[in-house]
Amino acid sequence: MVPVSYYFALSAILFALGALGVLVRRNAIVVFMSVELMLNAANLLFVAFARSYAALNGQIYVFFVIAVAAAEVAIGLALIVAIFRTKQSIDIDEISSLKG
Amino acid sequence: MEAFNLVPWVVFLPVLGLLLNAAIGRRAGERGSALIAIGASAGAFVVSALQFLALNAHPEGAVISLGDWISIGALHVPWAFRVDTLSVTMMLVVSGVGTLIHIYAAGYMHYDVRYKEDTASYARFFVYLNLFIAAMMILVSSDSYLMLFVGWEGVGLCSYLLIGFWYARNPDGKFGILNAQAAKKAFVANRVGDFGFLLAMFAIFWAFGSLNFDAVLPHAETVAPWIIMFITGKSAQLPLYVWLPDAMAGPTPVSALIHAATMVTAGVYLVARSAPLFAAVPAAQTTVAVVGGLTALFAATIAVGQYDIKKVLAYSTISQLGFMVAAVGMGAFVAGMFHLVTHAFFKALLFLSSGSVILALERAHHPLDGKVESHAQHAAQPHFDPQDMRNMGGMRKQIPLTFWVYLVGALALAGVPPLAGFFSKDEILADALLANPLVYVLLTAAAFLTAFYMGRQVLLVFFGKARSHPAKKAVESPRVITLPLVALAALSLFGGLINLPGLHWFTGWLEHTLGHKLAHATEFNLAVALLSTLLALGAIYLAWTLYGRSPLKADQADPLKARLGAVFVGMENKWWVDEFYAWLIIRPYQRLAAFLADVVDWKFWHDWVHDSLIARGFRGLAHFLANPVDLGVIDGIANGLAATANGLAKGLSFFQTGFVRNYALVTFLGVVLMLGYLVFSS
Repeated sequence: MVPVSYYFALSAILFALGALGVLVRRNAIVVFMSVELMLNAANLLFVAFARSYAALNGQIYVFFVIAVAAAEVAIGLALIVAIFRTKQSIDIDEISSLKG
Repeated sequence: MEAFNLVPWVVFLPVLGLLLNAAIGRRAGERGSALIAIGASAGAFVVSALQFLALNAHPEGAVISLGDWISIGALHVPWAFRVDTLSVTMMLVVSGVGTLIHIYAAGYMHYDVRYKEDTASYARFFVYLNLFIAAMMILVSSDSYLMLFVGWEGVGLCSYLLIGFWYARNPDGKFGILNAQAAKKAFVANRVGDFGFLLAMFAIFWAFGSLNFDAVLPHAETVAPWIIMFITGKSAQLPLYVWLPDAMAGPTPVSALIHAATMVTAGVYLVARSAPLFAAVPAAQTTVAVVGGLTALFAATIAVGQYDIKKVLAYSTISQLGFMVAAVGMGAFVAGMFHLVTHAFFKALLFLSSGSVILALERAHHPLDGKVESHAQHAAQPHFDPQDMRNMGGMRKQIPLTFWVYLVGALALAGVPPLAGFFSKDEILADALLANPLVYVLLTAAAFLTAFYMGRQVLLVFFGKARSHPAKKAVESPRVITLPLVALAALSLFGGLINLPGLHWFTGWLEHTLGHKLAHATEFNLAVALLSTLLALGAIYLAWTLYGRSPLKADQADPLKARLGAVFVGMENKWWVDEFYAWLIIRPYQRLAAFLADVVDWKFWHDWVHDSLIARGFRGLAHFLANPVDLGVIDGIANGLAATANGLAKGLSFFQTGFVRNYALVTFLGVVLMLGYLVFSS
């Protein structure tokens, strides 16, 4: 059986990649995918610990996260489409009209 | 005793009468309002008479309490009526003489309101008269100094209201303010005396811790000096007597009731009531006796030189009050009270008769014919003073009944035996000879002058030939006026019998209240009686030689003027006491008032303090508050807050880049920091 620390390390790597992607990429789609990557890193850790402690709570949380993520994708993609229609671009560095 | 419980009605009945008259007097007509007032006064007399009968059976009397009046700390003053021989004596005099004067006034005021062209005032007069009876009853029936003070001020108020009854006129009937000024003078002079009363009350309360007679009088100590002051005010003694002659501005029944028979004797009553207090302080006694003696002589000299029939009687009243005050001052309380009673009879008689004389002349001067004459008619007539004795003369033929009762009153006042005045005055003189020879000399001289000026007055008014047209045509007054005169004349004739030498019924009567030590019977002194009688008869003879043998003719100067010269001028001008007071007190007072008004109030207080100090200071303060404080500090705070918020917003907006990645980075760093803290702090 694979020890939990392995899953922990994999999850950390995935989360770090996701966070890095959110911070450095300019394409909104990619940023979005990076967010999904962070969510799934968290899901992986939930499932790993649920298995390790033989408790179902973590798995139930994962279902919640997947459901919320699905809703988020629907809204997020709709937003990106709407932004594209007005700006003809999805480069997030060009979207700064809320600057104070 | 049942009857003692009725005593509050001596106050309630007149109060009821005055309320009734105030409410419906105008509508009830003259007859109605007079009947209400007379009924109230007569009811009070009946109640007083019941008290008298009850006292005969139970001479120790009673105190009837209606309830607590004032209760503060150690001070407890119940509203209680005191029934004893002294207070019932006063009640009988006040309500008895008062009722007769009410009846007289019903007739007299009928004419007076028509001559003053103000018939609406008829009911008002009786309201005041009932109010006076009520106040006087409170005064004489009180059980404490404080309640007595209520009555004291009440009669002072009534005196003021009635002296100024015709407040829009002068004493000669023309429009003016002299009557109102006379009322004010009486009020102010009385106020000076009342001030002494208040001080005396404070001293009594301080010394004894109570104001009730029963608690105070048994342990007499020293509080007397202030009491002298209030006697001099209310009983018109030196130096505060000056208001009484001016008080004759009131209608004649008022002069008789208030300023001769009752109110002015309140001081005498009070001293008799406080007898133990006075007996404990011989110095105060002597002072009071000398003041009384001096007043008696001084006022008598002025009375000799007066021409106004009522002014003579006014000064005579002051003089007789001096007799009473001297008597109670010497400790002869019974003699003083005795003279008070008889004097109430014959002086009320004299005043009312003089009113009848005046009315007879007034009616002859311009008959009313049942209608009120117009101002124009009244003004067109030449001025005629119906009170000036030089306008009279020979009136005994026109008004015989008035003449006879006047003669009785005059002889009683002069002290001719066996009339009332002889016995009472003689008792005072006999006491004075034992107690204080100086006072005896003063009083005897005053008695001589009394007989002289009464003889002069009777001769000037009723004998000789008429010195004016109205005096020839004078008509006798109606019966409502003459009947009270006859009743009072009977009392003046026989009033002396209540304390006949040898029997001393009145002494025994007052002994129940005053105690044996203070109410001793003075032995009849034949020498004193003979001397005073001879002096009285001599004075009357002297008056006859001057005014009777060759009667005064119209426009002739008083024969006494040639004999006495400057002395008579002094008497005529009342020894310039009014002028002296004006110089000593009134004018400096007015100058002080003017100084206070012009310099202190206007120049200093208004111009300087208000305009310069306060206004300028206020303006400076306002400037200071407006400029540095409001514009500087308050606005500075408001603007500073705005500027701070603005700058803060500008600074913070630097972080609001609008780039989502920046926000995400900050969030990320924040989470890292928090996690780092949680991990490394534990």
